[in-house]
Amino acid sequence: MQKARRPAGSHTAAASRQPSGRARAWARRAPMMPALVYMVIVTQLPFVATLVISFMNWDALRPEERGWAGFTNYKLVFRDPDMRASVITTVWLTAGVVLLSLLLGLGVALLLDHKFRGRGAVRTMMIAPFLVVPVAAALLWKHALYNPEYGLLNGALTWIWSLFGSDNPPQPDWISSSPLAAVAVSLIWQWTPFMMLILLAGLQSRPLEIIEAARVDGANAFQIFRHLTLPHLRRYLELAALLGSVYIVQNFDAVFTITSGGLGTANLPYTIYQTFYQAHDYGRASAAGVIVVLGTIVVATFALRTVSTLLREEKTS
Amino acid sequence: MSTTLARPRGHRDPFLRHHSKAVVGLAGWIVGLLFFAPFAWMVLTSFHSEADAATNPPSVAAHLTLHGYREFFGASTGASPWPALINSATASVFSTLLVLALSIPAAYALSIKPVRKWSDVMFFFLSTKMLPVVAGLLPVYLAAQNLGMLDNIWLLVILYTTMNLPIAVWMMRSFLAEIPVAILEAAAIDGAGLPTVFRRIIIPMAAPGIAATSLICFIFSWNEMLFAQVLTGVQASTGPVFLTSFVTSQGLFLAKVCAAAVAVSIPVLIAGFAAQDRLVQGLTMGAVK
Amino acid sequence: MHYRPTRARLTTAALTGLTCTALLTGCAGAGGSGGGDGDKTVNVLMVNNPQMLDLQKLTKDQFTKKTGIKVNFTVLPENEVRDKITQDVATQAGGYDVVTVGAYEVPLWAKNGWLSPLDNTVAQDPSFKQDDVFASMTDGLRGQDGKLYAEPFYGESSFLMYRKDIFDAKHLTMPDRPTWKQVADLAAKADGAEKGMKGICLRGKPGWGELGAALTTVVNTEGGTWFTKDWKAQVDGEGFTKATEDYVDLVRKHGEAGAPQAGFAECLNNFTQSKTAMWMDATSAAGLLEDPSSPVAGKVGYAQAPVTDTKASGWLWTWALAQPKAGKHQDAGAQFVKWAASQDYEKLVGDKLGWSRVPAGKRKSTYDNRDYQKAAAPFYQATLTAISEADPKNPGTQPRPTVGVQYVTIPEFQDLGTKVTQEVSAAIAGRQSVKQALDKGQKLAEQVASKYRNN
Repeated sequence: MQKARRPAGSHTAAASRQPSGRARAWARRAPMMPALVYMVIVTQLPFVATLVISFMNWDALRPEERGWAGFTNYKLVFRDPDMRASVITTVWLTAGVVLLSLLLGLGVALLLDHKFRGRGAVRTMMIAPFLVVPVAAALLWKHALYNPEYGLLNGALTWIWSLFGSDNPPQPDWISSSPLAAVAVSLIWQWTPFMMLILLAGLQSRPLEIIEAARVDGANAFQIFRHLTLPHLRRYLELAALLGSVYIVQNFDAVFTITSGGLGTANLPYTIYQTFYQAHDYGRASAAGVIVVLGTIVVATFALRTVSTLLREEKTS
Repeated sequence: MSTTLARPRGHRDPFLRHHSKAVVGLAGWIVGLLFFAPFAWMVLTSFHSEADAATNPPSVAAHLTLHGYREFFGASTGASPWPALINSATASVFSTLLVLALSIPAAYALSIKPVRKWSDVMFFFLSTKMLPVVAGLLPVYLAAQNLGMLDNIWLLVILYTTMNLPIAVWMMRSFLAEIPVAILEAAAIDGAGLPTVFRRIIIPMAAPGIAATSLICFIFSWNEMLFAQVLTGVQASTGPVFLTSFVTSQGLFLAKVCAAAVAVSIPVLIAGFAAQDRLVQGLTMGAVK
Repeated sequence: MHYRPTRARLTTAALTGLTCTALLTGCAGAGGSGGGDGDKTVNVLMVNNPQMLDLQKLTKDQFTKKTGIKVNFTVLPENEVRDKITQDVATQAGGYDVVTVGAYEVPLWAKNGWLSPLDNTVAQDPSFKQDDVFASMTDGLRGQDGKLYAEPFYGESSFLMYRKDIFDAKHLTMPDRPTWKQVADLAAKADGAEKGMKGICLRGKPGWGELGAALTTVVNTEGGTWFTKDWKAQVDGEGFTKATEDYVDLVRKHGEAGAPQAGFAECLNNFTQSKTAMWMDATSAAGLLEDPSSPVAGKVGYAQAPVTDTKASGWLWTWALAQPKAGKHQDAGAQFVKWAASQDYEKLVGDKLGWSRVPAGKRKSTYDNRDYQKAAAPFYQATLTAISEADPKNPGTQPRPTVGVQYVTIPEFQDLGTKVTQEVSAAIAGRQSVKQALDKGQKLAEQVASKYRNN
């Protein structure tokens, strides 16, 4: 650690040209160090280990064959059609869930921004899905809603058809006929409230005087939404999208519970989990992990640095 | 905060205004009920007998029973959920405390007296949140095994802290940035040291933010399953893992699963419903400033 | 201008060494510390099949009371439990003292020295009556050294269960030894016999132990195999393809709703809820169907597993109790295995929960027991026939490279079987053709086979 400090320290010293400035810089930095060191140890160290293992031939079920493998694991990962398919699945699942729950969340937030009778109750009802443990939510959707024999969806169809005197209602097998959508709907159900909460707070922090002024100037509701509300909401939308993506790209519980990765729903986390935990091929799982980490860093850097205004550099003294 | 919403609508015609309000109210209720329906169904089913839970069309008015909940508490297998729930509580509470202890000072260094390039540091924190958790699973498993930490609740505390720290730093930074600099400067002139400033000014003024951050951290820790499933066994297993064992091959299980799902979600539901205003404030004020 | 990356890089470099050291010591240190010290706890990891849940229920009041040994159970669904057990055993983590395994795992794990032999502990005790246990079951639980590494808890083959009342009403007859063609016809005729009733329930849930087991028995009898004797992959071969097409076709036309998610548990539910007229699955299901609380008790007929080109096609499986070598409570674990796999435990279940729920299929004495014969009258003969006719050494129409009916005894099969069944499951869902599924499967199988050909 001593060695590591040097370049940073000398740089600061060069900037202030005073030993006391250097000490002061460290005094400023000190409160942040425990968190930073903690994160470095707990996140970077395992990554280094992953990197090392990714170059090893390490199949837990064949202990006698453990050794160095060079780039073999990387070759296997790149050649693996399942791995490629899971990248596409991950992109679809993340983008679809984030966009749809963002849109729905915006719609609900706009509704809840108006005053109407029972608004508090509606908001409480809206939040409920977010507060259900994700595994519980996945089990609920799989068994209590989607199940073709006694799930609520088909049950409701039977009931509606019976109202019209038909005893031959359609009874689709929801998960089998559209597995990825089935997973996505359960996730949208859970994440729309989260998006709604953020956007609602964004709406409620709008400067009302400006909107009032625009209205006096004769702007209609759509113009106000388009030119005042939406720009104001931009940061909130970005924040919601960012947080949503961070969590949904990692989603494991829903895929694991609803389809066990079958029917083309295996996303990257599930596929790596499978390689590690079902195939017990540690080398290949690590290589996949390294590739995903690198890919994520590229995407995240791009997203955060260019698209988002959230972390725009501010001038600091 | 609702008072700020009572603003005149654009329509000049009071009749039309009245009607659009009714339409908005109706739409709000419909959407709210749609989202609430699966939840309500889960709660209702959890109080049904297994036979009533598995009918098509659904039996909404079937008689209610605590059978599902008795099963959850081990009526027929003798497996009590309490150890798992206590583990979940331990992991969530202690990791939340640890997150606060680490994130508040860090947020101070990133907002009130910001270090140079604080946004780089923020970027680092956030970037760790984007790393796929699953890629770290194997090294964590191997390290835990070598350190004798497998099936140990404190391992989960450490991991959940890691999982939540970036978001907490981000939220806390924004809350602390809200504190007027003048107050802090006045305190400094009065000769108050950093600990005093923290105790007397920063913590009280950021209390709503701290509450929101804690709530978020608690929820995400309580919900976590991947780590818990791979890294725990008999001693440190948590609620969500316990939940998965309820899908059995011993006859119908729908009511039982719903009861277990409700029971495991209860702490989060209580905390979330009780503090929903905090949640709104915390998520946004915290994150956008 | 960025000082953070520089520092991060240096820190990383410093820590790399540290991690490598940790890893190396880890590799070297993975020895396992056997030998119990008379501890009074046992950690058990087992599949959540009904027989095991009964075991869990009876342990506290019986075993713990008698011996003072506290038993901690972790109970998980089949796919998950296999992963967790393999993980614990292969890394020698030592988290569990007793785990449920089968004839697929034992030979492989015994070779790696991951299990404790039971010859000197459980099997040696005269009161345990090792001779009473079916040799066909214990054969698969021995290592290459001939030692016994696991005790069967219950044994099973597969057979065909059907609703006698439905068949009578529709004037259908089930032969004692049906062919797949007959079963397909019967399924078509029985489909819709009652409102919402399908013809047959067949597993469609991915997993080598779920769909994999059922499908492989069909493959065997229709002339297919996973691998030839000299390790050529045959997943897209004629027999495999025909069997898979028949299987997928039957499930899609007359099978249960939600087939791609249906495993043993789901089919059991479907059959007891009168959602299907037939069900081909484990013989151990019969005890659950005939339980007094079951709505179909007394209405079920039992025939041998359907065949095409072989005499029998039932699988052979035993959920057996093994002790991982890394487990920390070896003595207490052995006591638990001895108790759970004993004749006395069967009697206990019979007295406390009813004789139809006895974990049967492993001891000769069970089938001589009058109480059991009475309770299991509808199915015990059919079960015995199925178990005795299953031939793990020669289950199909051609020689095999390994021993086993519904699986290939190589470590890769856990992954291969799961992935191929995922593809077949997608074919059952109608998302791709059988040919597409098996073409992908063949590529995976060929990768595995090439490893063995080179050796």
